[in-house]
Amino acid sequence: MQRIGVFVCHCGTNIAATVDVKTVAETLGKEPGVVISQDYQYMCSESGQNLVKDAIKEHNLTGIVICSCSPRMHENTFRKAAAAAGLNPYLVEIANIREQCSWIHKEIATATEKAVILGRAAIAKVHLNAPLTAGESPVVKKALVIGGGIAGIQTALDIAEAGFDVDIVEKNPTIGGKMAQIDKTFPTLDCAACILTPKMVEASQNERITIRSFSEVTDVKGFVGNFTVKIKKKARYVDETKCTGCGLCTEKCPMKKVPNEFNMGLDNRSAVYIPFAQAVPKVATIDPNYCMMLKTGKCGVCSKVCSVGAINYKQQDEIIEEKYGAIIVATGFNPISLDKYDEFAYGQSPDVVTSLELERLMNAAGPNGGTLLRPSDKTHPHTIVFVQCVGSRCDDSKGKPYCSKICCMYTAKHAMLIREKYPDTEVYVFYIDVRTPGKNFDEFYRRAVEQYNVHYIKGMVGKVTPKSDGKIDVQASDLLANEQLHINADMVVLAAAIEPDKTARPLATMLTTQMDTNDFFTEAHPKLRPVESATAGIFLSGACQGPKDIPETVAQASAAAAKAIGLLCKNSITCNPCVAHSNELMCNGCSSCEKVCPYGAITYIDKEFRMPDRTTKVRRVASVNPAVCQGCGACTVACPSGAMDLNGFSNSQIMAEVDAICK
Amino acid sequence: METFTYYPGCTLRTKAKDLDTYAIASAEALGISLAEPADWQCCGGAYTTAKDEIATKLSAVRVLNSAKQNETPLVTVCSACHNVIKQTNYDISRDEEMASKVNRYLALEEPYTGETTVYHYLELLRDVVGFDKLKEKVVNPFTGKKIAAYYGCLLLRPSKALAMDDPENPTIIEDFIRAIGGTPVIYSQRNECCGGYITLEDKAQAQKRSSAVMTSAENQGAEMLITACPLCLYNLKKNSGSELPVYYFTELLAEALGVKEESNE
Repeated sequence: MQRIGVFVCHCGTNIAATVDVKTVAETLGKEPGVVISQDYQYMCSESGQNLVKDAIKEHNLTGIVICSCSPRMHENTFRKAAAAAGLNPYLVEIANIREQCSWIHKEIATATEKAVILGRAAIAKVHLNAPLTAGESPVVKKALVIGGGIAGIQTALDIAEAGFDVDIVEKNPTIGGKMAQIDKTFPTLDCAACILTPKMVEASQNERITIRSFSEVTDVKGFVGNFTVKIKKKARYVDETKCTGCGLCTEKCPMKKVPNEFNMGLDNRSAVYIPFAQAVPKVATIDPNYCMMLKTGKCGVCSKVCSVGAINYKQQDEIIEEKYGAIIVATGFNPISLDKYDEFAYGQSPDVVTSLELERLMNAAGPNGGTLLRPSDKTHPHTIVFVQCVGSRCDDSKGKPYCSKICCMYTAKHAMLIREKYPDTEVYVFYIDVRTPGKNFDEFYRRAVEQYNVHYIKGMVGKVTPKSDGKIDVQASDLLANEQLHINADMVVLAAAIEPDKTARPLATMLTTQMDTNDFFTEAHPKLRPVESATAGIFLSGACQGPKDIPETVAQASAAAAKAIGLLCKNSITCNPCVAHSNELMCNGCSSCEKVCPYGAITYIDKEFRMPDRTTKVRRVASVNPAVCQGCGACTVACPSGAMDLNGFSNSQIMAEVDAICK
Repeated sequence: METFTYYPGCTLRTKAKDLDTYAIASAEALGISLAEPADWQCCGGAYTTAKDEIATKLSAVRVLNSAKQNETPLVTVCSACHNVIKQTNYDISRDEEMASKVNRYLALEEPYTGETTVYHYLELLRDVVGFDKLKEKVVNPFTGKKIAAYYGCLLLRPSKALAMDDPENPTIIEDFIRAIGGTPVIYSQRNECCGGYITLEDKAQAQKRSSAVMTSAENQGAEMLITACPLCLYNLKKNSGSELPVYYFTELLAEALGVKEESNE
């Protein structure tokens, strides 16, 4: 005979305000098999847990039901408490009477009735619970960081520092990401390259870090502690081990009219190129879309001038397979395309630029050597208009609903830098709100307004019209003065919204991890687990999780590293025992379960069975690899003969719950 | 040949004959017959936003009702008529009070409550004919011609009621220009107001507006400008001070389809 204990939590007033907890405890106490039923203000507190532990010992309980919050919140807490009192942790059931009851109902009578029903269902289930023992699986002591921007670099450095091997996979020929393109950083105005490039060099020199540049992740299999990842190393037509990065090939290459993506297409590069002077790895790459040798078979200049013979026109893409214990996603962001914003005339005038383009125009290593000149006629601009929130905080389909977070601060930075270097230039900034939370951020913005006399105007720009004299008419409204304005500008700078990199979505599918509607990766808990994904062993670093500035990105990168290190430190991890198993006597080998398994956990084996007439027969039956199975239950539903069942969530347990609810 | 009920509007029979004749001839060349109701009246000219002003909306409902009785969609071509008729249709289908007042005035056999589908002629080309199909039928393409599309303010707004295209970044006339072989020119003032009726009150203001439109198109290299609105055409030609030619889009369509000469006979 089962001896079941029921414990009803008040959760302060969270539950007790809408559910009559005393009545719930009393009613459930009369259920068959229940020997003790109690309520308490905070069951998760130490004294609450002690109440549970003491009851287990005193009443010699064989199963317990906790009526409280979601099992995602405290199932583990009570399993640990049960184990401490000598009860198998899988004999604990949670009835969620908070999220699924008290928080969504207003009337005490209905909520109480529902809480009783949920409690009954849990009691019906716990009657059928069997003790389970968790197995263990080893941890591969190596991490994979996907993305080599400042987030990926910081995460990799921290993991390497802790003594673990780590690979960085970067899709571009160099690591460095967006930060490498930025001129100065807010709010300190220190040079981005001066603080980033030493980290890039540190990453390349750290013997525990392997940088796989110009590579992409194409397949991920396995589970926490034991991922198998396929990485495509794209052909760069240059032998990385031989190339010294001397740059002679880039000078001699006759094809010099290739838009330079590092400078946002504001100038050209050659077909064989090194993205920028401090690139890591400093190795040339041939662009097959423009290389005459690869396109027509005629040229070969780079091969002739290369003194170490590094050029290899026959190089092919290569697939590398590696094993990792943890994966950190650091795929970053991009500014949105401004194709759908004709009102800002981005496609109509070269003097209407994005903020990232302005970074390059002002950068000493940019197309103008650091002198701010108009792209159209290379003259010095005297009036510059900044437009904020281009595509951010939009309620229509062409923009993004969220605030891109970094634009207010970088626009203040741009405005200040321009006023500092060119005091004869008038700078206007149109804003909806100026958002400057952050250490020393508001002080920085106020300096732009008060000390540098940047004209901040609340209101949006309605129309940008390029004129025949080369000037740009900016029509806008000043909402505070209630006036229509026309500004005769030389340049317009658009603070485009930022969005997750395009590679993020296919990657999320490969990693079976979640994204929100904007394609930002979803963290496991918005407040308490901000750097872990809901999928065990996958961590999130930087802007792939949401818009972030550099200090926040670095902080999150280190946090993600700390979480990954915590995993890599373990020799083995406890597996979830709630996995599927097949009743071989009932299995007819139909393969239905194998087809629906998203984790590849099911294989078929030929097994010898003894028949009633003492003969033996070989039959094909399903076999579940418990280390790979995630316990999703898809196979138990697909199995036509009812052979497949899930530990802890067996068909009979689920039906018992349903019966108890429908009774 | 597919038949649609066609509402020309009064300007198309006086000042804007080109817009009308080329529209009818081109439709025929595309296998569409435009049937005009016998006793249509002026649409009202401008849609009044006063909720209780019903009288000026009755004419629009009459023509919408004739299309309903013909069991065909209603085709309009003048931007202003299109604006009035579509807004009336949108409101009558959503505002019960308006619908009941209108029907009490008109005393139709069966009350009208917004059943008719209204197409602007450009929508007819896009959604019924299809720009791909139109392209196949072009015999005199405007190859290499840089043509600026001028939307003005009435063709697309209010966008919820007119439901024709994105009012800030429209593409329908540009797609039309591509279909007849030309190269569309994107310029900033293409969806701004030409000055409209203000030319009667304050000519200087109308001159300022229409010259801003024309200069903006010229600056982006346009060789000609096309519109669907008689009032826009008037302002751009008479008030802008620009030499840039302005045509109705139907004239280019007729020329592209090779029916321009015969429709003038």
